[in-house]
Amino acid sequence: MSADLYTFKILRYNPNEPEKEPYFQFYNVRVIPGLTILTVLLRIRDELDGTLAFRSSCRSAVCGSCAMVINGKIDLACRTQASFFTSQTIVLEPLPNLNIIKDLVVDLTPFWNMYEKVKPYLIRKSADPEKEISQTEEQRKEIDQYVPCILCASCYGACPVLARNPDYLGPAALAKLERFVLDSRDERSEESLNAINDDKGVWGCDTLLRCIDACPKDVRPTDSIVGLRKALLRHKAKKIFGMAKNED
Amino acid sequence: MDTLYDHCLVRGVKLFNEVFVVSLLSSGGRCCGVSGYTLATGEPVVLHSKAVLLATGGCGRIFKTTSMAFAATGDGFALAFDAGVPLEDMEFVQFHPTTLVGTNILMTEGARGEGGYLRNKDGERFMERYVPKAMELAPRDIVSRSIQTEIEAGRGFESELGKYVHLDLRHLGKEKIMERLPGIRSICIDFLGIDPIAEPIPIIPAQHYSMGGIDTNERAETDLKGFYAAGECACVSVHGANRLGGNSLLETIVFGKLGAVAIDEYMQSNNIKPDERTLARKKDEIEKKIDRLGNPGGERPFRILDDLRKTMSEYVGIFRTKGELQTALNKVLEIKERYKNISISSTRLFMNYELAGALELEYMIDVCHIITLGAFLREESRGAHSRRDFAERNDTGWLKHTLATLGPDGEPVISYKDVVITNYQPMERKY
Repeated sequence: MSADLYTFKILRYNPNEPEKEPYFQFYNVRVIPGLTILTVLLRIRDELDGTLAFRSSCRSAVCGSCAMVINGKIDLACRTQASFFTSQTIVLEPLPNLNIIKDLVVDLTPFWNMYEKVKPYLIRKSADPEKEISQTEEQRKEIDQYVPCILCASCYGACPVLARNPDYLGPAALAKLERFVLDSRDERSEESLNAINDDKGVWGCDTLLRCIDACPKDVRPTDSIVGLRKALLRHKAKKIFGMAKNED
Repeated sequence: MDTLYDHCLVRGVKLFNEVFVVSLLSSGGRCCGVSGYTLATGEPVVLHSKAVLLATGGCGRIFKTTSMAFAATGDGFALAFDAGVPLEDMEFVQFHPTTLVGTNILMTEGARGEGGYLRNKDGERFMERYVPKAMELAPRDIVSRSIQTEIEAGRGFESELGKYVHLDLRHLGKEKIMERLPGIRSICIDFLGIDPIAEPIPIIPAQHYSMGGIDTNERAETDLKGFYAAGECACVSVHGANRLGGNSLLETIVFGKLGAVAIDEYMQSNNIKPDERTLARKKDEIEKKIDRLGNPGGERPFRILDDLRKTMSEYVGIFRTKGELQTALNKVLEIKERYKNISISSTRLFMNYELAGALELEYMIDVCHIITLGAFLREESRGAHSRRDFAERNDTGWLKHTLATLGPDGEPVISYKDVVITNYQPMERKY
């Protein structure tokens, strides 16, 4: 099997050495078909440069640790084939919209804070049943799209609104919120959606669909944002016509 | 996993993320916390607590071929062992029959459950030769051994990624695959460029689970007061020599709960104050250990790791023999010596994955030693532990649990304890 020599240009930055500007470091690596970006990164760290920092865990596209920018496009390093690109130079950069901790590792704290804000868990008011809370297949299908989210923050990194407004909740949090709003078992009040009823919430989205582009799990956060907007408008209309549920 | 995280949020559980644990702390015969450092800042972390429960999962990465994530380096096993807590039944390693060739990503048992077939290079459904009644749905250890036997007999396919057999889902049809097995399909397409609707999937067995682990009772309690373990890293034992599919998830939920109940009771009735001198001594030990790793001119850790993993996969795998296990033991001891002279580029704690890897390597060597020793001594075949030279199960000699305890010279000492038999008497295993 022929091995081609590739050049990996990887962004290096250590905030503990602020005098040093971020720079690209070059590594030459032999690539055979089947080698993923992550496998190459591990090889570089093991054999060439032990100081390179990047996150990884499952290597099977379910943990969300290795999201990064690969030749300008956000994807998971573990499922991106190095030989897939027409060029033999591969540029690796950390996720945008987040501070760099070191090299390709970013500080996801704002991402987790936004996630927590939408109360991403089942909210129940009725008493628990004897066994499980049942749900039909049709009801489950309603949330199918949103369940595969692996919290990789690719959508967060891709979002141009977040680039200018770090207070925006972001696609992942809103998609997760819609996942629970649509879940037949969830009983959060329609009133509670008011928390996202401004331009830091659902109205902040520019509908550019970069999040859909970036998501490695085919989640479509924009669908959730549109859905939540509709829900808010319906609720407002009901209140105007005196038809809103009494949720006290 | 999201649900677990989400419920931690609801309950206000404080999470210390990306902290590498370097040691358990004990004082006055009780476990009183953990020490480590935060990867993201390099700050040392010393957590004093009234109780510690480890749920650190498995140790698959000690094998070259494993379905497990990179994080599965067996830290929990080694931390417990170092603290004097015995490890039980470590030689019982489950090899899952169907993992993708190359990456060893798991192809769920569900694929066979939905009707998938296993075929060798002659297109035969070879399970007929081994278990004609259960076929592909025989227990994991039996299917793994069957696949291994087919490959050794030259009836497997060959490729640069290694030898393999086929998991064939084509006859299930597009609709069923899209509805029931979409995850498998994505993985095959993403990682091998193969669509299981049109082509069979190349698979081989790989390490998947540890039946053995930290010796606990059914309340997740260990010999060390205040120290608990649950999930894959623990051994109650509920799986014996061979775990059934689905029972690992069950185990985590059941013993997570029972452990929580036990810890609650323990905390109500105890007033523990840590001994500052013991803790200071521990901190010194750790600093010295890390400093030594920075001595220049030594061997790079990845070479040692590579040799260790190859040794385990080649000599302590699905089929074991005395000679191979002896070779493995010798290699592990040699690797232990080599480890004393490793070098890493920097000992600064901040964002130093190489350092974390070197510390994990030490844990892995200990775990490999214990597994290999247990396998070498157990001269019978039972469940997932299969000896070519002792092919029968021997209840008279070997119906007992293996225990490995830290000896005075730092080496594992093996002893045995009785199996608890209540309702179900051991019978012949046949399908």
